[in-house]
Amino acid sequence: MNIPSSITTLLLGIGLTLVSLWYGQNHGLMPVAASEGATHIDSLFNAMMTISTGLFIIVQGVIVYCAIKFRRKPGELGDGAAIEGNVPLEILWTAIPAAIVLWISIYSFEIYNEMGGFDPSADGMHAMHGMPAGKGSAMAATMDMGDVPKGSPRISALGVGASPANQGKAAAVNVNVLGLQYAWIFTYPEINITSGELHVPVGKEVQLNMNAQDVIHAVWIPQLRLKQDVIPGTETQLRFTTNKVGTYPLRCAELCGGYHGSMVTQMIVHTPEEYDTWIASQQQSAQAQAEIVKQTIAMNPANLSPAKYLAPYANEMGVKPEMVEHLHHQGMEMGGSIASVIK
Amino acid sequence: MTAELLIPNQTSEDDVVIHHRTWKDYFTFSTDHKVIGIQYFVTGFIFYIIGGLLAEGIRTELATPDADLVDPSTYNSMFTMHGTIMIFLWIVPAGTGAFANYLLPLMIGARDMAFPKLNAVAFWIIPPTGLLLILSFFLGPAQAGWTSYPPLSLLTGKVGEGIWIVTLLLLGTSSILGGINFFTTILKMRIPSMSMMQMPLFCWAMLATSMLMLIATPVLAGALILLSFDLIAGTAFFNPVGGGEPVVYQHMFWFYSHPAVYIMVLPFFGVISEVIPVHCRKPIFGYAAIAYSSMVISFLGLIVWAHHMFTSGTPPWLRMFFMITTMVIAVPTGIKIFGWLATMWGGKINLNTPMLFAMGFISTFVIGGITGVMLAAVPFDIHVHDTYFVVAHLHYVLFGGSVFGIYTGIYHWFPKVTGRHIDETWGKIHFVLTYVGFNVTFLPMHVLGLQGMPRRIAMYAPEFQGLNQVCTYGSYVLAISTVPFLVNAIYCAYKGKPAGSNPWNALTLDWQTTSPPEIENFEVLPVLKTGPYDYGDSEEEEKELTAV
Ligand code: HEM
Ligand SMILES: [Cu+2]
Ligand SMILES: [Cu+2]
Repeated sequence: MNIPSSITTLLLGIGLTLVSLWYGQNHGLMPVAASEGATHIDSLFNAMMTISTGLFIIVQGVIVYCAIKFRRKPGELGDGAAIEGNVPLEILWTAIPAAIVLWISIYSFEIYNEMGGFDPSADGMHAMHGMPAGKGSAMAATMDMGDVPKGSPRISALGVGASPANQGKAAAVNVNVLGLQYAWIFTYPEINITSGELHVPVGKEVQLNMNAQDVIHAVWIPQLRLKQDVIPGTETQLRFTTNKVGTYPLRCAELCGGYHGSMVTQMIVHTPEEYDTWIASQQQSAQAQAEIVKQTIAMNPANLSPAKYLAPYANEMGVKPEMVEHLHHQGMEMGGSIASVIK
Repeated sequence: MTAELLIPNQTSEDDVVIHHRTWKDYFTFSTDHKVIGIQYFVTGFIFYIIGGLLAEGIRTELATPDADLVDPSTYNSMFTMHGTIMIFLWIVPAGTGAFANYLLPLMIGARDMAFPKLNAVAFWIIPPTGLLLILSFFLGPAQAGWTSYPPLSLLTGKVGEGIWIVTLLLLGTSSILGGINFFTTILKMRIPSMSMMQMPLFCWAMLATSMLMLIATPVLAGALILLSFDLIAGTAFFNPVGGGEPVVYQHMFWFYSHPAVYIMVLPFFGVISEVIPVHCRKPIFGYAAIAYSSMVISFLGLIVWAHHMFTSGTPPWLRMFFMITTMVIAVPTGIKIFGWLATMWGGKINLNTPMLFAMGFISTFVIGGITGVMLAAVPFDIHVHDTYFVVAHLHYVLFGGSVFGIYTGIYHWFPKVTGRHIDETWGKIHFVLTYVGFNVTFLPMHVLGLQGMPRRIAMYAPEFQGLNQVCTYGSYVLAISTVPFLVNAIYCAYKGKPAGSNPWNALTLDWQTTSPPEIENFEVLPVLKTGPYDYGDSEEEEKELTAV
């Protein structure tokens, strides 16, 4: 009778492995991957899903098995076996999880490096300064405060930098990102374009230099598996190279107020030709752009009503008029409190 | 070997229920740890209902993509209040307040806690503070989430945020006072015959918990005091307008709040370690490993906090450090889970309600543990941080862990506290509704997060509506599931079948006195003759060994 039971165990083990391997690859839980980095992260996730599926089935299986096999039958008396432990077994179930988490750590470390997490140059000193430096642009807009001189090295923190192959090189496309309640503003300093949506050419390395005007926001592009907080007073960065043409959501992922949920725009990944066309069309309206840029820099949000402030972008971003109304309301408080703090 | 326990002069009246207490005692500044334990539990449960109703409001809002039920900023205050109430006014008071207070002295053979007056003070801080927090609802409540990150928290209304800060400072004080009491009681009040290694595992769990309460809570107080200066006096510790560093607040906040998740779950690791051996009639598997793993978790729990900040501009090497420490916590946690499973294996399992909840605890907590390891992996966390994946994870540990742990303990010790049995059929109905409702509510949230739904949003993209509706229906089942529990518990506390003093034939000292225990717990101090988990038949053991 011993052989059949060990065969059952063996078969169960094989079955478990197969199911875990299959589910780890075919869970279909992630959205489209639009960059190589995203594919890397997915393979890490798949590996973790494989292990998790196995562990999940073992634990739930043991619980259900115990509930059926070791259930006290009506009228049954007596205790279970007086087993107080088993040192080799305990060592085993300490060592195996330890090995697994160590392996996941090393794997994550590698992927993180591949993504550009360790890029030493992304310390902020090299960033393109399309936007005024300083403790958040709310203050940048009122430079007469004077205690933060223009061009002084800003505090900077790393988000995700260049992948090892691209380290030390400047990104092909630089975009300055400003997060404010409840919108995103993208400025392309090299070509003098301001937009409410992020347009990037496929296959080119893009660097986002990000600042927040009021509170902490976070840029999240699920299809790139990238997220980075956008912090007032501290510049953060993201670098990535897309590999799939398409339109993807770009959402705020850090609670920033009542309309946090609607702080959503798009990232449009163009073919190189389309991208050039987009640039050309934007530059045609350069006049209008210059106007907006001037406003962005020269305006003190404490003096302007937020609705007025946002109006130029509202259209472009397809923000509903009711929302600007709400912004007006919310923003008045905001502007008011900034003003009071500045005083 | 059958367990023996010598309690001199123990009268063995089995069916007599002695009512020492009248309901009025529960409204006094009583220093009896058992009264205080019940005060904590009932207070906590009332707040649980309030927090639960808020959760139902949140889920109802999320049944549709638009913000159509409440104003979006009201939505924000709803989840802020929900999170704050659930953590600080339900799980912490129920786990460390109710269970630890009621059980610790009984388990170690003491007549009361080390500092009974302090104990009463710690409790009486809670009801007025809770009321204050509820009151803020009518004065413009806090809206910045239970994490209250500046600068947002400095901009959403001074009154609500101010009350929120005061509330947390007071509840933190209560928690520190409790921690001092538990720590001292466990170390100093044991009967002389009980060595550390003979303590019930719940005591080990509480030792680990109380250390966290003492080390971590003061740092939260520091963060909150500085935050209140920024809020009220216009200083700039954290406010970037003026040169402050908002990220420093996050470090201080999580230095407390990560340990806080262990403050919320370690006591229930203890509860599960008590309940499983009794109802499986087997010794706990690997006593020393389970005891020490609590201490290891408590230590590691102090050095993982920045895993909540992988996208906060944290330097790369710090991210890697906190990734590895977080991963390592899976090892002692695994030791416990495997130990419990091995205890069940080969037992004579009595599948009653406490045992079902204990099995439910393992079943759901392990999912939270798995997603926890995933979240520790920095590249993956960068994708899912601040999404519904995290909401799913945190409820699998806080609900699937802590709340299931609370119910396990309530059903297990109900006969001890009331002297009566709680009805099994209704208990099982409660279990099934809770287990099903819980999984239907929270399992789909993993998918939502992976697919792109951030947390803390009142309006979401229409493509997420289907799964959100599933979650919402699940949450209604969950709400309904509390009704059979409440009715059953209240009815049986007065009308249930008398249970006698030790209906489970358990060996720990809490079961070796009358039910409910007399005012000073033991007539004569008990003397230990067996360990806490000396269940099991040696004959069975031999059978088992020859079979292998
Ligand atoms: C009645 C069952 C419950 C339901 C349906 C529920 C539902 C929810 C939902 C949907 C959120 C996310 C809100 C958002 O991000 O917009 C949330 C947040 C949260 N819940 Fe629950 N919850 C329940 C019970 C609990 C329990 C027992 C705890 C225990 C501590 C808890 C702790 C939290 C915390 C800490 C948050 C985060 C709040 C924040 O983001 O500031 N919940 N809950
Ligand atoms: Cu936001
Ligand atoms: Cu944590």
